[in-house]
Amino acid sequence: MFINNDVTKGTVMQERHVVQPNDPGHPIILSTEDLHVFYGKKEALFEGDLQFGSNQITALIGPSGSGKSTYLRSLNRMNDRIATVTGKIMYRGVDINQPAIDVYEMRRRVGMVFQRPNPFAKSIYDNIAFALRLRGTTDKHELDEIVETSLKQAALWDQVKDDLNKSALALSGGQAQRLCIARAIAVKPDILLLDEPASALDPVSTGQLEDTLLDLKQHYTIIIVTHNMQQAARISEYTAFFNQGRVLEYDTTSQIFTNPQVQVTSDYVSGNFG
Amino acid sequence: MNSKKQNKIAIGALYGIAGLVVLILLALLGYILASGLPQLSWHFLTAPAKAFLKGGGVGVQLFNSFYLLILAMAISFPIALGAAIYLYEYARDNWVTTTIRTAIEILSSLPSVVVGLFGFLFFVVKLRLGFSILSGAFALTFFNLPLLTRSIEDSLRTIDLEQREGGLALGLSRWETITRVILPATVPSILTGVILSAGRVFGEAAALIYTAGQSAPALNFADWNPFNISSPLNPMRPAETLAVHIWKINSEGIMPDAKAISSGSSAVLIIAILLFNFAARYVGKRLYKRLTSA
Repeated sequence: MFINNDVTKGTVMQERHVVQPNDPGHPIILSTEDLHVFYGKKEALFEGDLQFGSNQITALIGPSGSGKSTYLRSLNRMNDRIATVTGKIMYRGVDINQPAIDVYEMRRRVGMVFQRPNPFAKSIYDNIAFALRLRGTTDKHELDEIVETSLKQAALWDQVKDDLNKSALALSGGQAQRLCIARAIAVKPDILLLDEPASALDPVSTGQLEDTLLDLKQHYTIIIVTHNMQQAARISEYTAFFNQGRVLEYDTTSQIFTNPQVQVTSDYVSGNFG
Repeated sequence: MNSKKQNKIAIGALYGIAGLVVLILLALLGYILASGLPQLSWHFLTAPAKAFLKGGGVGVQLFNSFYLLILAMAISFPIALGAAIYLYEYARDNWVTTTIRTAIEILSSLPSVVVGLFGFLFFVVKLRLGFSILSGAFALTFFNLPLLTRSIEDSLRTIDLEQREGGLALGLSRWETITRVILPATVPSILTGVILSAGRVFGEAAALIYTAGQSAPALNFADWNPFNISSPLNPMRPAETLAVHIWKINSEGIMPDAKAISSGSSAVLIIAILLFNFAARYVGKRLYKRLTSA
């Protein structure tokens, strides 16, 4: 699919260039159609139309205030009480942006990790186990197993396996963020949304986090908002460039970084603005 | 004058003010304890008061103070907790919540004697509860509710928004997030608020004079049936508290050792309130460690 339409804005011509993923090995698992987000009367996101292939990493990049976080947070309805979101969010053929959807059940399929690590004031074990217990998993053996697998998948197991009963608040920033990932995948989602997960981390922790994400895409579809262009280039298959509430360009990551079709994208990825 | 000098003078002045406050507190504490501690004895703490003779104690008043405190807390804490959760976690900022907040603010600045007189007219007279522990507990609830609601709301405010979003993102409902994530993390600071407000309630006199009454009928500490009139647990009996006792013997005490009893009672009151404050710090810290396994 190839869309190339001109949007007239004042006297400046803005071009859009959107190529939706079309890879038979990675069927589309999530897509948005005509998504608009309003904060009160102010429109923060205009017609977000993106499709995401399963088991791939998609990076959302763009300057501050470009609408990428707003878009991401709409995908699992975290904006419900904050903003008005119109349009369709199709997840495995179901529009999850309608009032009848059980939003709590949906969020267990579409998990989220935030910018600042937000471990709960509980033990490492309970951070992961307590949401499972709430949903009826009470078998100690089963819980132990899920905690271990989740921590292993998040590459944290070896560092904390002897300290599972210690407070999660004592973890370093990088460890805490990986605990948050473990917590998110423990409820077995399909899709993992990450909102600048490495922005509060040092370079070493960031590198480890990226390796973890690359491992995780075997099991999950990952959509990540990042300010770090190298990061987007290193880990993602597809990249969407947001600017002023619009998706200006969407294509494979290599295209976006080596051969951008839109002037603004080109300026942004080459560091000329933003 | 250069800025370095200015800074020095400012720091000096601030230290001076802070020092003065501490000094006043220490002087007050010192005076009360110095004149009161010598009066304290096991007999003083347990014996009933005497109206005309020497050698009365404050046993009944002390018990009344604690019983009233526990009842008042049992009534006001659930209401304050609910109100605070509603106001901070659920309510949107609109004219309704603004009105509620203003009402709470006004209620908290009402002079306690006004609360007491209201309690007298409403609970004692209108609802015919008489001078009783129950009337006193309701009056104290009015007195305590706004402060407690405020303090719980402040405790909730100390928890980051990210904690709530973290809960929601795991598929928890808002209620589950509040009860499983937010409240456990705030228990220590809520408890600190409760204990501190307990200290204020414990020392309250004006709101109780016309509600719980100024008489302390002798109690039979062997009778724990709350329906018997001499039972300590009977909530319908009049119950003079320690703070009211101090006020009363200073204004109309005719026993020969009134001054000594007043000093002793004041010391007991002060020590109890100090204990509340230290307990608040200690329990808060310990509980935080326990709950967060830090």
